[in-house]
Amino acid sequence: MSSALLIDIGSTYTKVACFDLERAELLARSQSSTTVSKDVNLGLQQALDNIPGWQQADYRLACSSAAGGLRIAAIGLVPGLTAEAARRAALGAGSRVVKTYSYELTERDVAELEDLAADIILLAGGTDGGNQEIILHNARLLADSQVEEPILVAGNRSAADRVAELLDKGEKEFYLTENVMPELEKLNIEPARQLIRKIFLERIVKARGLDRVKELIDDVVMPTPAAVLRAAEILARGTSGEEGWGELLVVDIGGATTDIHSAAAGTPTRSGVSQRGLEEPFLKRTVEGDLGMRYCAGDLFQAVKPNRWQQLYQSLYNKELELQQLEDYVNKVCQKTEYLPESQEETELENILGREAVRLATSRHAGYIRTIYTAQGASFIQVGKDLTGIKNVIGTGGIIVHNENPELVLAGILQKNQVEEEKLTPRAPDFYLDDDYLLAAAGLLAEVEADTALRILQKYLKEIVQEEKN
Amino acid sequence: MNQNRVPTVVLGVIGADVHAIGNQILEYALDEAGIEAVNIGVMSSQQEFVEAAVETGADAIWVSSLYGHGEMDCRGLRDKCVEAGITDILLYVGGNLVIGKRSWEGVKDLFLDMGYDRAYPPGTRPQEAIDDLWQDLVEQRESKDVVSSLD
Ligand code: B12
Repeated sequence: MSSALLIDIGSTYTKVACFDLERAELLARSQSSTTVSKDVNLGLQQALDNIPGWQQADYRLACSSAAGGLRIAAIGLVPGLTAEAARRAALGAGSRVVKTYSYELTERDVAELEDLAADIILLAGGTDGGNQEIILHNARLLADSQVEEPILVAGNRSAADRVAELLDKGEKEFYLTENVMPELEKLNIEPARQLIRKIFLERIVKARGLDRVKELIDDVVMPTPAAVLRAAEILARGTSGEEGWGELLVVDIGGATTDIHSAAAGTPTRSGVSQRGLEEPFLKRTVEGDLGMRYCAGDLFQAVKPNRWQQLYQSLYNKELELQQLEDYVNKVCQKTEYLPESQEETELENILGREAVRLATSRHAGYIRTIYTAQGASFIQVGKDLTGIKNVIGTGGIIVHNENPELVLAGILQKNQVEEEKLTPRAPDFYLDDDYLLAAAGLLAEVEADTALRILQKYLKEIVQEEKN
Repeated sequence: MNQNRVPTVVLGVIGADVHAIGNQILEYALDEAGIEAVNIGVMSSQQEFVEAAVETGADAIWVSSLYGHGEMDCRGLRDKCVEAGITDILLYVGGNLVIGKRSWEGVKDLFLDMGYDRAYPPGTRPQEAIDDLWQDLVEQRESKDVVSSLD
């Protein structure tokens, strides 16, 4: 029997799943507390001890989001163009974008960058042959600064040599790659994404002390979000040996963020609509740092209008919501981030929080239609992805997985539940649940055995019955 | 303009205007003349023109307006350019700018007052504007050289 151990070293828990590869079957699962601040192997060993015969596994691969995950600061020129392209490259590589800068950096920005101590600074700006002034200015400031992290240069090709010269003089560690936006609105994030992953493996894993896992297992091979994105990709597109499910969305609600991954082209589904703005990547990941269920539940509470909370509660539970009650609950879970609802009432509050986190995160991820009124009637412009036709939506994260009515929370993605009707979120998809947390595991396994990884996903993602839909 | 660089022109049709044919002809003519044409297409907002010009480091913006709302749509573009730090970019406008019974000279002055460097009447051949562009770019460079020799 050949088997694989797939490990996710998260910020709180280290989770291990063991699979029989021939039968695509989950043999055992185990978890322990992550101990990266002392020695990552303490927690890992503990989790492994519960997996019989783990030493015999053919593959022993890990991904990690421990110790803050991979943190990137992105710099571009125009906010909606190269700055956004840089952000997308960073998010696609599975990082957290700690800050995005546009136009010329100021002294104050540089001081902030020094304080942020990101893992990587991604420096973009200008199309190839386009603006050079700003990226050169920014490179000069970085060269003269105290920043110590590696700088990844992915901007105007025509300025690359001089940027390199400046950074070299400033004795910075830097890497050059292709422009994230070589032509206006053309996205080219793959080279930057690959390089980010390389820097993660060669430098950051070690700096975090995660390379010590090599005493027990093969290695940490990618950040956890990159593994989840990879799982979404194979599940949507299929592999050489297995057919996929087609375009899909993964919704991951966590304590600190709500992440949306789409594996979808997002081209217009309506006729007579022209698409505008920066090109959209097939695999897109967005992270909403103000929409979490615990650490930033306060921001989530603020992000939604009071009467919206009340209306939603009324429509779901047919009774009135005391806003104070919701606020008290929010304050409680912000303090006690491990808290799970204990009464029917708390479950209801938890559900409306989750529902709105999902709604807002999806509405920011998806595109929208802008109507322009002309003498001949209305014309339509689509900005971002049209996800209305998506057939499969997969929910993951504690809030959804531990919920008795996950469909209630997931329904936040639906177009009919959006506040702004021109948002292009899914209309009538099927819902699935990743209640064994296998997405990251499958994404890891896809590195070595993609067909099996896909079979595992198809087998273990559970369809959720939606009452409303039938 | 950078000495060795191919000049770049951002072009598009402004406002809610969908007339696409002239825009494509202009792109073709610019290409043929060895000028980098960044075409943002029809129904483009002022902001889209400015952002495209900033990011591509363009030397000029060519705005088309065909459907009769040119005066309204084109006003304020120069201010936005100044705001975005591309103060000296050349702004040309053309298409069907004549509205009502006004004379072309009157319309032209109107657009020059709005901060456009050149305005073209209907039926202008692209080559005419391309010739003007080369000339304007040379003049711009000469005046920059004067400035830098004064430093
Ligand atoms: C085809 C057409 C349409 C098609 C457009 C199809 C398409 N996707 O392109 C449709 C049917 C959609 C249409 C709609 C309308 N149209 Co129409 N349309 C025309 C028509 C017949 C031809 C336009 C054309 O393609 N010309 C050929 C190209 C090559 O020439 P061009 O566009 O002028 O561009 C050249 C030059 O002007 C110059 N140029 C242009 N821009 C610039 C910029 C710079 C910097 C420079 C240097 C040069 C330059 O170079 C270009 C290349 O040689 C004209 C009449 C005409 N004969 O011009 C009316 C015309 C432009 N339309 C007109 C109108 C009013 C409309 C409508 C408002 C309503 C209507 N009456 O139908 C709507 C508006 C829709 C909208 N929101 O934009 C009027 C505009 C009147 C005005 N400006 O005062 C015109 C002039 C007809 C008329 N005499 O009434 N139209």
